[in-house]
Amino acid sequence: MLAYAAKRICLALLVALTVSIISFGLLRLSGDLAQALAGQSSTAADVEALRKAYGLDQPLTVQYLEWAGKVLAGDFGDSFFFKEPVAAMLAQRLPVTMLLGASALTFALVLAVPLGVVAAMRPNSWIDRLALTLAVLGQALPSFWFALMLMIVFGLTLRWLPISGTGTWQHFVMPSIALGYYATPAIMRLTRAGMMEVMASDYIRTARAKGLRMPTVLFKHALRNAVIPVVALAAVQFGFMLGGSIVIETIFALHGVGYLAWESITRADFPVVQAIVLVLASIYVVLTLLADLLNAFLDPRIRIA
Amino acid sequence: MNRLIALAALAAFAVTPAWAGKKDDTLNFGVYREVENYDFYFNTAREGILIQQLVWDNLIDRDPRTGEYLPLLAKSFKWIDDVTLEMELHDGVKFHNGEPFDADSAVFTINWVSNPTNKVITQANVNWMKNAEKLGPHKIRLHLKQPFPAALEYLSGTVPMYPKDYYAKVGPQGMGREPIGTGPYKVVAAKAGDFITMVKNPDYFKDSTKGQPGIGKIHMRTIREANTQFAELMTGGLDWIWQVPADQAEKLAANPRLTVKAAETMRVGYLGMDAAGRAGDGPLKNVKVRQAIAHAINRDSMVKNLVKGDSRVVHAACFPSQFGCTDDVRRYDFDPARAKALLAEAGFPNGLDIDIYAYRERPWTEAVIGDLRTVGIRARLQYLSYASLRDKNHAGETPFFHMTWGSNSINDVSAILAVFFGKGMPDDFARDPELHEWLRIADNSVNPDTRKTNYKKALQKIAEQAYWLPTFTYVVNVAFTRELDFTPDADEIPRFVRARWK
Repeated sequence: MLAYAAKRICLALLVALTVSIISFGLLRLSGDLAQALAGQSSTAADVEALRKAYGLDQPLTVQYLEWAGKVLAGDFGDSFFFKEPVAAMLAQRLPVTMLLGASALTFALVLAVPLGVVAAMRPNSWIDRLALTLAVLGQALPSFWFALMLMIVFGLTLRWLPISGTGTWQHFVMPSIALGYYATPAIMRLTRAGMMEVMASDYIRTARAKGLRMPTVLFKHALRNAVIPVVALAAVQFGFMLGGSIVIETIFALHGVGYLAWESITRADFPVVQAIVLVLASIYVVLTLLADLLNAFLDPRIRIA
Repeated sequence: MNRLIALAALAAFAVTPAWAGKKDDTLNFGVYREVENYDFYFNTAREGILIQQLVWDNLIDRDPRTGEYLPLLAKSFKWIDDVTLEMELHDGVKFHNGEPFDADSAVFTINWVSNPTNKVITQANVNWMKNAEKLGPHKIRLHLKQPFPAALEYLSGTVPMYPKDYYAKVGPQGMGREPIGTGPYKVVAAKAGDFITMVKNPDYFKDSTKGQPGIGKIHMRTIREANTQFAELMTGGLDWIWQVPADQAEKLAANPRLTVKAAETMRVGYLGMDAAGRAGDGPLKNVKVRQAIAHAINRDSMVKNLVKGDSRVVHAACFPSQFGCTDDVRRYDFDPARAKALLAEAGFPNGLDIDIYAYRERPWTEAVIGDLRTVGIRARLQYLSYASLRDKNHAGETPFFHMTWGSNSINDVSAILAVFFGKGMPDDFARDPELHEWLRIADNSVNPDTRKTNYKKALQKIAEQAYWLPTFTYVVNVAFTRELDFTPDADEIPRFVRARWK
């Protein structure tokens, strides 16, 4: 297990390093940084002074190492647009995106796991097909359309929920559903497959033979084992949700990292884009690593392979 | 367990969000554009002017209905000569942080913003001032670099007064985070690009020509998605929105809870063309190509079908009511055949490919692209945020752009021509020495006839050379709750200080 963990950690570090190089390259490809920092009304002397002050006259490798050192210390530079430290901006907005991602994942699990269990209990029945249809719809519906439909029904017509903003927990209900629904098919299918496999195993047959009640067999014995790979999948889905919340945050006016990423791209605010790419990619790498380690811990065949 | 689930479900669905509005004396309004810094001198957003009206005061005010210049923070003003304006200031006015407004703050503000090293973004707003001097505790003299007939117009619009000690300490970033002025509303919370919350200033000075604030609290939110704004307005989450597209305005007007008003504004749309070749040796250096583009665009159809309301086609590079504006210029009627012929004469019988940059009303730019395609000009849309496009423009990287200009609501043609055709200006893509000279004379003369004559020459040459193709005037559709008593003004500045709940 230790050897496997060490190998996966090295791989994760390599991915993180690659992401950091791409992220660093983004900023350099955006044009003359010294000119951008100095502003339009600056003189050539101002630009040159800034080039020296920020080390932009150094070779790229030196610049990369300096930049990486600053990033490790939490310094992502300043936003071209807001003229504020990017780290402070991320610190303000990351909680919104994390909260949205966590609540969306909770919604996805609460919907998909019971659906998967029900579908597994009666495979190929109308309940199974209904569960499958509900889950597949989640992947088929464009998120912006689904979000607007939710807004029209629950915000505009029924007026049960606020439409946009982050003031209360109610503000997160519709965005969480819109974002989380997309993740339900994968979780539902995995739960269904796991449950079907577990339900056919010997220890479940023994449990039933002992005369245990069906709910006890299902939730105490079967689901606990069937849901293990779902936990690993959920970690990966969480990473997807953090990176994929751009549309949802824009529609519901949640000023999180996704919204900031979209706005920063449109105004070529590369230090912000660069930092967001790096932070989200790092979170994703960490989550994937944890999922892999968890899977390997639970299933020895993985670490042997 | 079952009881818990039932309670959770009840809690989730029994929620009734707290709608704002008349009930809690809070005006919530939504805007599309992010304001990067609430310091007025360091943003170029129209929303920045809106906030400036509420948080800060100018020395002089312009009555939006009569156009008359009235003393505001200045108790009185008089011209000593063509380049010297003397002002008596109000005594007893205080900034929101308690700092007194006096000659020191006025002199500090003028000297700070007019100093180019402080890099105020829109230099044309402040670079006509030389400096200010203190004559007494509440008396100052403003010195101009040269005669500038539009001085009062600028003083009433783009030169708000700042607290000396506070601004010297916190600078533009600090002012952006915690704006402090003398205005009718005090900022209680602000986050750049997101929201700003203001409450009524109970100590607002009684002699203000802006009037006294009526609504207790004003909250601005940035909501990029138009459908979200409409939904919020219809459900009471917002009380006021603007820049509503014409087709949506018609739908909102059918809602009995809402009032929709349309007002023509000073904003003029234009196609800018790189005649000087700043972005490289492109086809737009050829006057025939520029004229072909001018003949290719069906502006009448755009006004009738897209913009609607009181919008009108403009032929000269100015808003019709501005001093010095004339429509006695060459006109380019919609004539695709003529456009094709001009392109062929220019050496492009098979048309040409070009990038067109734009930042707002994307469907309108797409209509322009469609018109251009019919004559063989294949324009690829580069759609950017305003700040990015502005920076690219200033760097001379945009050969062809569809943009707008609201003249900072200044009713003088200098507010548009000096910016786009004045010597040394970053937005000048004509680089025409004749224009520079005519504008220099007109901008610096106090003789109305001299000004008009030279502006006319400039406007005629701009049209003749098709440096710019002005498109049409913009209409701002404003939609708001019927509980609100609000009247839009033609200068595109919503004055919430005069708004009241019915």
